[in-house]
Amino acid sequence: MMGRTIFIDPGRCIGCQACVSACRECDSHRGKSMIHLDYPDEGHTVASLPTVCMHCEDPVAPCAEVCPADAILVTADGVVQQADTTRCIGCANCVNACPFGVPKIDLQAKLQMKCNLCYDRTAYGLAPMCATVCPTGALFYGTVEELKAERPGVQVADSFTFGDVVVKTGVAMVVPADKVQWPVPGGLPIVQINGADVT
Amino acid sequence: MTAEQHRATVPLDPSIAPPGTRNFRDAGGIPADRWHADQTGETLVPTHCCFCGVQCGMYLRVDRGGKVFGVEPRNHDINRMRLCPKGINAYQQVNHPDRLTAPLMRRSRDEPFREASWEEALDFTVSEIRRIQSACGNDAFGLLGGASLFSEKTYLVGKFARVALRTRHVDYNGRLCMVSAAGANKLAFGIDRAGNPFSDILLTDCLLIAGSNVGECFPVMTQYVWGARDRGASLIVVDPRETAVARTADIHVALKPGTDSAFFNAVLNVVVEEGLTDEAYLAEHTTGWAEVRAKAAEYPPSRAAEICGVPAEQIVQVARTFAGAGKAMAWHARGIEHHSQGVENCLTVINLCVATGNIGRPGAGYGTITGQGNGQGGREHGQKSDLLPGGRSIMNEEHRRQICEIWGIEESDLPPAGTSMMEMVWQMQRGEIRGLIGICNNPFVSLPNYRVVKEGYDAVEFHAQFDFFLSETAANAHVVFPVTTWAEDEGVMANAEARVVKHNKAQEPPPGVRTDTWVMCQLAQRLGAGDKFAFAGSREVFEELRIASAGTVNDYYGITYERLEETGGIAWPCPSTDHPGTPRLFEDGRTYHADGRIHLQVVDWHPPMDPYSDEYPMSLTTGRTVAHFLSGNQTRRLGALVEQTPRPWVEVHPSLGFRSGDPVRVVTRRGSEVFPALVTEAIRPDTVFVPYHWPVPTSANALTVDALDPRSKIPEYKVCACRIEAGEEVDIVPSPPVAPGHTAYPETQVSRTDPLPPTSPQGRGTAERS
Repeated sequence: MMGRTIFIDPGRCIGCQACVSACRECDSHRGKSMIHLDYPDEGHTVASLPTVCMHCEDPVAPCAEVCPADAILVTADGVVQQADTTRCIGCANCVNACPFGVPKIDLQAKLQMKCNLCYDRTAYGLAPMCATVCPTGALFYGTVEELKAERPGVQVADSFTFGDVVVKTGVAMVVPADKVQWPVPGGLPIVQINGADVT
Repeated sequence: MTAEQHRATVPLDPSIAPPGTRNFRDAGGIPADRWHADQTGETLVPTHCCFCGVQCGMYLRVDRGGKVFGVEPRNHDINRMRLCPKGINAYQQVNHPDRLTAPLMRRSRDEPFREASWEEALDFTVSEIRRIQSACGNDAFGLLGGASLFSEKTYLVGKFARVALRTRHVDYNGRLCMVSAAGANKLAFGIDRAGNPFSDILLTDCLLIAGSNVGECFPVMTQYVWGARDRGASLIVVDPRETAVARTADIHVALKPGTDSAFFNAVLNVVVEEGLTDEAYLAEHTTGWAEVRAKAAEYPPSRAAEICGVPAEQIVQVARTFAGAGKAMAWHARGIEHHSQGVENCLTVINLCVATGNIGRPGAGYGTITGQGNGQGGREHGQKSDLLPGGRSIMNEEHRRQICEIWGIEESDLPPAGTSMMEMVWQMQRGEIRGLIGICNNPFVSLPNYRVVKEGYDAVEFHAQFDFFLSETAANAHVVFPVTTWAEDEGVMANAEARVVKHNKAQEPPPGVRTDTWVMCQLAQRLGAGDKFAFAGSREVFEELRIASAGTVNDYYGITYERLEETGGIAWPCPSTDHPGTPRLFEDGRTYHADGRIHLQVVDWHPPMDPYSDEYPMSLTTGRTVAHFLSGNQTRRLGALVEQTPRPWVEVHPSLGFRSGDPVRVVTRRGSEVFPALVTEAIRPDTVFVPYHWPVPTSANALTVDALDPRSKIPEYKVCACRIEAGEEVDIVPSPPVAPGHTAYPETQVSRTDPLPPTSPQGRGTAERS
């Protein structure tokens, strides 16, 4: 069962970007935010959701698996770290491998950058900065029991399908209680490959 | 590569930057990471955010050198660690390179500013005050304060005006904020504050939010809204726009701007018709119910539906949901208050709460959502033109006598009531007010009808401004006094719950900077009233404020700095030092009127003051964005917030035929300005929205009407007649003025003209349908 982790609840997100600002303030990120906001239905609604690293568990961190420089460390407690700057070659393999679109490449520095679950804070029992400040609780840090105590009836998912592949993650998503599917379909449907319609 | 070099080369993250913004300087700010310092040996100073009326607890991180360099969340009762982007970035203004560190002075507006000594600036100011007052009378000099000041300073503003300047003309920028709610609460309940604490929201069965974009204006309050929803409460949102909270509401009433009182009268009509009133409560605790009921009968849902542009069935649904809930609450903000009938709009909400018996119980009541940090406390102790300390009326002989006794002045020396902020500008325009001191306000951006404001200020012979950045208004002054930020002084503020909280000093002011208290005391001394202003700092002023408020409705006597440190905040009235404060009003069924009853008021809807016509058929409404605060004098200098929302836009419905990014000219009877379009279904087809934090040439307030509510004198920001047409160019990033010698970021002054598509913090992006 999942331990203390981040739960993302898109239904509560107001798109304020407090998480983005807070991520910049985290000492391990030094002025650079590792979160971004996604707007799934722009122009029609104001819906938004924060995207953080999902810290994949099974298969173990696709980004780390494909890293040719062995730069991405996965700690014993399941946190997928940002690429080690002394090993990262900026090849972007991790960007291509991530099913959630999380790692970014700083093209000038030729370095990968991603969320490391505020390891400087979580290692000492503090919540990550983004989940600490999130004004609405769209990012919640704790155990699933703590989440359920605060939000009766909440339903969470930590497995996502991408075609035939199932990815189990360390970070969980809140899903609508009346539309429980397990695992949750992840990513966007593939409609074209090299211009050919595959629907 | 060192870590420093690495940080210096990191480009702006494209996932958070607005389209077309290549780096922070394109966006007009300073880098968000500029303020990181050596962490070893840091200390955490507990305080509160300087911005909105939620007053979130936070720690300021202070380095070994005594400088503020960061923020850390604080588990305060109000916000439980939560912070919004403004709160997270607020610390960056404390040691910002744009800070004013020496008085700026010039003898005429034709000259450039030069740095002056404090002695010279103070002496010049006093000589100008004396010159104008001896030639034209004491009332020819005015004072405009601000509701972002600590309560001690707002108390001092009122006293300084009446005792040192001896003028009737004092008012404050809270006049632009929540005076309509204050007026309504005073009329109905005899007390000017919210009835319930935020925590009651978690206990309610039905939450009605009227005219408040909680997600952007008070993000931290959203946790209470979502908490109520988690426990099964219904959520009703009344707002012309589909805001983030409206999106999730059980009922979203997207009414036409300026029709709120018709809507709430109609809801009350249904409540009466369906027998959902609490007649026992009404009989025992109210006056005026028969008249209110008779007036509501004139607003059947069919009539209101026509006025408001919403389905009649929705009005019935709102009435049944609100009145049918066991415990219901209504919270409202500027959306219903910024109107020429703002007081009346609030009264109709009160009528609904009272008629359904939803007053004075856990989870049942009403609240007003304060815009400025001290919007609540800022008027309680005499800064407002008609109020004396403790909320006393300046027209009441007994109240005047009490205050004169405390201040040690003759009753005949206490001036009568003055006029409101906008009226003072009109008086400036007419030459009736010839000199002005402004403290912590920026009317060039925040007042409606910019042309009139500019004319008024240009006509003033002498203008001094207190500020820590050179605001657009300060740039028009003769003297600018550099004063402290909230982190460099101590004092109290009252949040939207009327909970008084203590702000603590985190660092010494930069050399050359003084507190507002010091400056006012120095001016008073030079004006011959030094014995009445012998205050060493906030603590001494607060002690006098406590005494001045004792025995009034706004009783602070039992609140001390020590108690605030221990408790994390005390809600007034608090008449003795062993009194726990009053988080929830009317629990004993009594109000603060002499008869203890709620005085219900009859309200008739009337149309907005700026009439629609064939030439101006649409509504323009204005409001905030999450990244900016009021006139933006502070937030438009902070990199992360500028990156997030660098420029205003105009929200238009897809049916109007524009594409996102098109330059759209918004034309009203006051003028016209061009904004990039943000095409979205989240707004009514007959309404456009422009956020108001920016100055000309992209100023919403260059377009809004300077019509006032006759009772509260609040301007009608939320509705005026307009038309829209294709525009030719867009000025994108208006930057705040920078004082001489503060040219560290000249690129921020460049404004771009290419019409890039805007983004909003909530991603109301493209109209392209996939």
